Amino acid sequence: MERAVAHLTEIPAGEGRNFALGELRIAVFHSRDGSVFATQADCPHRGGPLADGLTDGDTVVCPLHDRVYSLRTGAGIAADCGIRIYPARCDDRGTILVTPG
Amino acid sequence: MTKQRLVVVGNGMAGARAVEEVLALDGDRFEITMFGDEPYGNYNRILLSNILSGVQDATEIFINPLAWYEENEITLHAGSRVVEIDRASRRVMAANGVRASYDKLLIATGSRAMIPPMAGTYDDAGKMRDGVFGFRTIDDCNGIMATARRSKVAAVIGGGLLGLEAARGLMNHGCEVHVVHLGRHLMNAQLDATGGAILRETMEKMGVTIHLEKATAEICGGDGPVTGLRFKDGSALDCDMVVISAGIKPNAEIGHSAGLTVERAIVVDNHMRSVDDTNVYVVGECAQHRGKVYGLVAPLWEQAKVFAEHVTQHNLAAAYHGSKLATKLKVMGVELASMGITDAVEERDEVIQFTEAKRGVYKKLIVRDGRLVGGILMGDIGKAAYLMQAFDRDSPLPDERLGLLFDLGTPPLKVTLDEMPVTAQVCNCNGVTKGAIGACVDSGKRTPKAVMAATRAGMGCGSCKSLVAEVVEWFCGGEVEEDPSVHYYVPCIPMAKPELVRAIRDMGLKSVSSVFAALAYDAKPDAASKPALASLLITLWDDQYEDERDARFINDRVHANIQKDATFSVVPEMPGGVTTPQDLIRIAEVAIKYNVPLVKLTGGQRIDLVGISKDDLPKVWADLDMPAGWAWGKSYRTCKSCIGTDYCRFGLGDSMGLAKKIEGKFRGIDTPGKLKLATAGCPRNCSEAMVKDLGAVAIGNDRWEIYVGGAAGSSVRKGDLLCTVDGEDAVLQVTGRFTQWYRENAKYKERTHTFIERVGIERVRAVVVDDSDGIVAALDDAIDASCATVRDPWKERAAPKTANQFASLLPVEG
Repeated sequence: MERAVAHLTEIPAGEGRNFALGELRIAVFHSRDGSVFATQADCPHRGGPLADGLTDGDTVVCPLHDRVYSLRTGAGIAADCGIRIYPARCDDRGTILVTPG
Repeated sequence: MTKQRLVVVGNGMAGARAVEEVLALDGDRFEITMFGDEPYGNYNRILLSNILSGVQDATEIFINPLAWYEENEITLHAGSRVVEIDRASRRVMAANGVRASYDKLLIATGSRAMIPPMAGTYDDAGKMRDGVFGFRTIDDCNGIMATARRSKVAAVIGGGLLGLEAARGLMNHGCEVHVVHLGRHLMNAQLDATGGAILRETMEKMGVTIHLEKATAEICGGDGPVTGLRFKDGSALDCDMVVISAGIKPNAEIGHSAGLTVERAIVVDNHMRSVDDTNVYVVGECAQHRGKVYGLVAPLWEQAKVFAEHVTQHNLAAAYHGSKLATKLKVMGVELASMGITDAVEERDEVIQFTEAKRGVYKKLIVRDGRLVGGILMGDIGKAAYLMQAFDRDSPLPDERLGLLFDLGTPPLKVTLDEMPVTAQVCNCNGVTKGAIGACVDSGKRTPKAVMAATRAGMGCGSCKSLVAEVVEWFCGGEVEEDPSVHYYVPCIPMAKPELVRAIRDMGLKSVSSVFAALAYDAKPDAASKPALASLLITLWDDQYEDERDARFINDRVHANIQKDATFSVVPEMPGGVTTPQDLIRIAEVAIKYNVPLVKLTGGQRIDLVGISKDDLPKVWADLDMPAGWAWGKSYRTCKSCIGTDYCRFGLGDSMGLAKKIEGKFRGIDTPGKLKLATAGCPRNCSEAMVKDLGAVAIGNDRWEIYVGGAAGSSVRKGDLLCTVDGEDAVLQVTGRFTQWYRENAKYKERTHTFIERVGIERVRAVVVDDSDGIVAALDDAIDASCATVRDPWKERAAPKTANQFASLLPVEG
């Protein structure tokens, strides 16, 4: 089920933030081109906070050990494994909607 | 699929290595049976001399214990000498009646001691007489040791490598030792006459008597104990035991009886297969390849690999092309390296030679057409790794021949890549081995960058990057593909730093996003390039820089250093490591109030509050009410100091005061890599100023020496003396000029020690001290302008720069 997570203005362009949906923590990214992405919060390598990573609208780089993942597919680009991604979109009013689970 | 049967005749180093290689490639292909003459698992024969000299005992030299055979489901018939190979029915039979059938057969019977014809060597039963030994097996060793204990004088026949090793062992057992050698000088396979003579002197100083050009006619003593040797020239030597080490003889008889072509050893093709039978392979000292029989271990490893690749059909083109002989060894404590020929043979051969007989040092190189064809290093083999690599690869030598023999102030070359085992870790941060890099190259990645991206080698602390690049090149056989992007400042913009700087200035690009839009491939942003561009733009534009926080690493977004658990560390400013009781009380109160889990003194003489959540950062800064220590970024970090003139009885300059001035001026300046400084009040250097990016050392009369490019982290390097200046203001001025020039010219993340090695200290000195380029005034202006724009970022506590800047987790309603 799709859930409203935040407004675009709550996440600076080009950055990510962590959100708690009940027990589930997710990282939500707001690209400079306006698109949004949602992934698991912690890097599978050593648990680094992906929301604090550098991103370019395609990939996110974990801040702890520079593992790189695709925001679109979750695939590991410079990493041994991939990450969980969640479908995310932004509606006309700037609300970010994520489908967890 | 039923397994094929592989039978290995010979359980020595060659046989075992070959089987290991087969198992590594394809563990399920064969049902393996091994026959060994000796009743043991296989052991490292090279180390027999260590057993004899008492350095190791027999249990320590086993390569594969009996359990290894079980684990790998290998049937081992130890103590079974194969006496017959029936190629028609593909069966082998041992002397004790054990039989085995094969689909593929490997002969690896090695060699035995060659015993020259001498009267009195054998007893009537044809066995070697009591007191006479070969030096080839564990049993030989045990016999020699038992006899040496009750012997006074031992003679070793043979002055080659093994003979001298035997002599060393016998010395350790308290015997008077004589070496009897047929040749004109010792170790004639590895040394020339001069080298042999120097070695002889060294040996004799250790108490070994050397007899040259002596052919033994008889071992005397008739039916009783050994009493001495009689030589063909009529002279004699009294002794009560004899060790014969006069060379080796391939165990090729089994090949003969099986009807295989045997010359000096069993003749093989390039696949290490008998030229007569495609099901029979031969490796090691019993194999003759292109007329050569090898007695060293390196060729054997190569042969075993070719055999395994071919017999498992992993690579039917696998071929052995012979080995160039180069060896490094230690003879009675004398280090020796030898490669190729020992004397010039052609007129065009160029000989480079150095002799220092008194210290036992001898170096000789033979160069042909600019390439190394032979060499001897004795006593000082520091250059061996480099030379052996040049020899093996046939690479062209530098014209400066002197540098081939001696290290002329250049950093010593590490272990050569040829010698480096595949299991050796190249990148310690990410646990990447030489073998993993090789596999990556094999998979088609042929540039250091591609390999680093795929394996993550070099992506940790980065100190191994150049080594990773060398290993990649080595695996590519020198045919590494040039990756032009290594010269780019960032990979997504095809420009080196100076070109990029010009473009940015010309186009007036003041934000990272505008640089991507204007200059990047497809105008696409690249996450990993962002911090590098941000650093450059700050240097170029100072307060005109448009600060986009998403372009910065998390540390620069929240002005603290991220830790492994996503908490942060907070380090307040403490210039020169000087604090006050009031500040300490405030720090302590903050640590208690926020339950700071770790309070730690840093290497930069400051106090680190570690484990603070992102959410608490603004509150912690407010309660500390101290300026930021900038302990998180690629920027000026801090300046350590010693006590200087205030209390220290040795102080020559006010190091604490100077540190405070330096920090007051340069705090927070963005730099390509972090910048750590120190001041020292005297040359005792208690603040370690010589291993900092920049260090100022007081030498009295208000004079200061300035060192740059020091490091004591992942690399350790003593800084270069840049200049000596009068007064603290001059230190500040040179520091500013150096820092600005480094900012403008270094690559991103290039620390000063790497930068200086790249551009050379002479160039730095010319620009910064002697103003060769006429730019010091511009450097002064630029650094002053930058310093003036630095603001304490901890003030953002009151007015966060971005939405939810310090929120670690945001709850979602509903």
